[in-house]
Amino acid sequence: MNRYPVWKYAIIVIVLLVGLIYSLPNFFGEAPAVQVSAAKSTVKVDAATQGRVEEALKTAGLTPDLLTLEGGSLRARFGTPDEQLKARDVLQRTLVPDASDPPYVVALNLVSRSPAWLTSLHAFPMYLGLDLRGGVDFLLQVDMKGAIDKKAESFAGDLRTTFRDKGIRGTSVNRNGQTIEVSFRDAAALQTAKQIIQDQFPDLATTEAQDGSNWRLTATIKPEAARRLQDAALKQNITTLHNRINELGVAEPVIQQQGLDRIVVQLPGVQDTAKAKDILGRTATLEMRLVDESAEGRAAELSGGPVPFGSEKFLERNGRPVIVKKQVLVTGESLTDAQPGFDQQSNQPKVDLTMDAKGGRIMRDVSRENYKKRMAMLIFEKGKGEVLTAPSINGELGNRFQISGSMTVAEAADLALLLRAGSLAAPMEIIQERTIGPSLGADNIEKGFKSVMYGFIAIMIFMCAYYALFGLFSSIALAVNLMLLVAILSMLQATLTLPGIAAMALAIGVAIDSNVLINERVREELRNGASPQAAIHAGYDRAWGTILDSNVTTLIAGIALLAFGSGPVRGFAVVHCIGIVTSMFSAVFFSRGLVNFWYGQKKKLKTVSIGTVWRPKTDGTAVVDAE
Amino acid sequence: MEFFRIHKTIPFMRHALVLNIISFATFALAVFFLLHRGLHLSVEFTGGTVMEVAYQQSADIGKVREAIGKLGYPDVQVQSYGTSRDVQIRLPAQKGMSSDQQSAQVMQALKSVDPSATQRGIEVVGPQVGDELTTNGLKALGMVVVGIMIYLAVRFEWKFAVATVLANLHDVVIILGFFAFFQWEFSLAVLAAVLAVLGYSVNESVVIFDRVRENFRRYRKMSTVGIIDNAITSTISRTIITHGSTQLVVLSMFFFGGPTLHYFALALTIGICFGIYSSCFVAAAIAMWLGIKREDLIKGTPAKRDGDSEDDPNAGAVV
Repeated sequence: MNRYPVWKYAIIVIVLLVGLIYSLPNFFGEAPAVQVSAAKSTVKVDAATQGRVEEALKTAGLTPDLLTLEGGSLRARFGTPDEQLKARDVLQRTLVPDASDPPYVVALNLVSRSPAWLTSLHAFPMYLGLDLRGGVDFLLQVDMKGAIDKKAESFAGDLRTTFRDKGIRGTSVNRNGQTIEVSFRDAAALQTAKQIIQDQFPDLATTEAQDGSNWRLTATIKPEAARRLQDAALKQNITTLHNRINELGVAEPVIQQQGLDRIVVQLPGVQDTAKAKDILGRTATLEMRLVDESAEGRAAELSGGPVPFGSEKFLERNGRPVIVKKQVLVTGESLTDAQPGFDQQSNQPKVDLTMDAKGGRIMRDVSRENYKKRMAMLIFEKGKGEVLTAPSINGELGNRFQISGSMTVAEAADLALLLRAGSLAAPMEIIQERTIGPSLGADNIEKGFKSVMYGFIAIMIFMCAYYALFGLFSSIALAVNLMLLVAILSMLQATLTLPGIAAMALAIGVAIDSNVLINERVREELRNGASPQAAIHAGYDRAWGTILDSNVTTLIAGIALLAFGSGPVRGFAVVHCIGIVTSMFSAVFFSRGLVNFWYGQKKKLKTVSIGTVWRPKTDGTAVVDAE
Repeated sequence: MEFFRIHKTIPFMRHALVLNIISFATFALAVFFLLHRGLHLSVEFTGGTVMEVAYQQSADIGKVREAIGKLGYPDVQVQSYGTSRDVQIRLPAQKGMSSDQQSAQVMQALKSVDPSATQRGIEVVGPQVGDELTTNGLKALGMVVVGIMIYLAVRFEWKFAVATVLANLHDVVIILGFFAFFQWEFSLAVLAAVLAVLGYSVNESVVIFDRVRENFRRYRKMSTVGIIDNAITSTISRTIITHGSTQLVVLSMFFFGGPTLHYFALALTIGICFGIYSSCFVAAAIAMWLGIKREDLIKGTPAKRDGDSEDDPNAGAVV
């Protein structure tokens, strides 16, 4: 009755093997490494880059232990920090010839020491949370109301211009929060306007009202459009943050959306909060100015003569100087969208720009007066300006126009991204920040692991002493439980935090419950006079119902924590829930397997090594001593 | 080894009334302290700035407090954290000053007193996050209670569900009462511990109720009180050993886990101690007062194996 079929043992062996492989990488520790990632969205880190890196390292006489290309970044692992620094310098020289315009970011990093064959099986160590390795952590709140207000304002401007263009007279357009109110003198004008909104502004919903001789139309942004807007704003902010953080050279930044309107930024290894904040909060501004086409301007541009009064010199991205007038025509505030595309006539790549009403009006006036002249688009970051592009004006521009010319598809995409992502879509503020010093991180990890280890050893000693061989089985089951827990967390690439370690310790405590339930049940059966084989069988079977009930209730608590917790609570809950599931496997299925393996074959089993089975003096019915 | 050599069923329920009155008094006291003193909420809930500063030698907390007091903070808390060389400073959020300015100012003041002061960590939380955490914490608590009640009501019976949840709320409120009375810091980790206790201590009641159900099936002639007493007696060794083992791990966290896990482990310890007590005397007793009957648990289930004599404790190995 206590035998497992072969397939059950097969499952156990497979699970153990998989568990072992995936938990292994956590035990190798970390080695110094150099990481190469792209600094621009147009630069790709691929096999070609890998070839260049290999070549460069070879010429410098350095051989990395391991070179991996994954998720758009290349990592080379070295034996000593000394080699790591040398490699960094070599790669910096080779890949980044011009420090002011870096195509790649070469950063120092730590990579698991686990051997290549484990890495090739996609077995990676758990990711350590910031509280375990130090760094800064920000929670940013995106001002969604601000983003929608801004959009409503731009819609109001657009409506104003459109109505004027269409000759609808006597209207007034006002923005009131997120709604736009338009009033008309007569009903006909209202109907025309309504038709226009329906045709040209699909994102707006309208309601009409009349009081006295006044006709009013209220336009609101449709809920789905608002949601799309918020989503786009959040994405754009994340892109912008990525671009900015890349400059910090942080090896593995985490930039994630949290909830509907929050962004988490974690910068491991960065201790300088002030600098990090400075870069996160940096504003890039886009300006459009006319190129100085005067003779002096031309001369300055071509031969480096003196820059004429009222103009400034800026460099284009390829290093060519452009002389532009100081007067700013339009800023990035007026630019509402920039998308790459193809010109239908010439089939050339282009970038479509959309301006708000105010910007559109200015563009129209400027383009009319400056036909065939050039207009520069400048981006200012950290007070330094750069010319993105300086196309010539080939016609009258409105609030929608395009930049085309000698561009590749990739350049068009890059330009659109720069125009779009140079600034934030919606203002953000830091609502939570944490800095954990590296020494504190090391302390945390050491103390956390110590507490798990000592607790585990104490329990093993006690179980073996109290339940003899069954105690040993329980201890092995507990060890397996811990191993599986680590393996699953590694497979999920979960982030291990200090509360996570606490949950691991607690998981041992909870898992022991199942083992004790079983062992006590077996003892009880023996006490009541059951034969050893029957006692084992009944012990496991009867304990199962109880274990299931108690674990499900614990799981309910864990899931609630997962659903409503954030930050450390979530870290705790993930480990807690997985721990409950693995403990069901290890305590019931695996430990039964062990017991069956040991005792199942013995036909005439006389005794079971489960510690003392004490019987009361009156016979086996003592426990039934009812009142 | 064998710790428990129990000859007879222990009449637990005989003293249930007295113990329930004591329980109720403890509960009321905990509620009183919660309302009167309130919880000493951590920065995660209240918003503000917490700095951790390390010194080369043992830090003089008085001097640190004095140095910060000079900066014009009326309500600043300074306490040693982990070792005597580490100090934790909590600053309330101040208008017109960013957290950077605050912490820079404080570090400057501390360095002028003792140049060996180094900043180990800083945590700044806006009040908005704190509000959200509070509501989410309450939501989580509510969901746990409802979820457990539904599960127990389906698996057992509503009387057990009510008894279990009451017993567990009793535990939770008492833990909170301890935190309010001693003004221990109530952090997110402690909240996690409290909710873990809720799930964990339900285990206890479930194990006992499981046994009660089983006893109702086996001993048809026994009184309800006798059945409950028997269930608690026959599971008591498991209860003590399980909790003892869990406590071992928790103590390990308490002693070796460092300051962050300190209160987490403390909350679990209180939860474990009261968990044992409450499942024996509160959950079982409430179930008794609610008048559980054999029919509540085994209605609908047909009579068991025909061949078995009704109160044979060794009946079969299959359930």
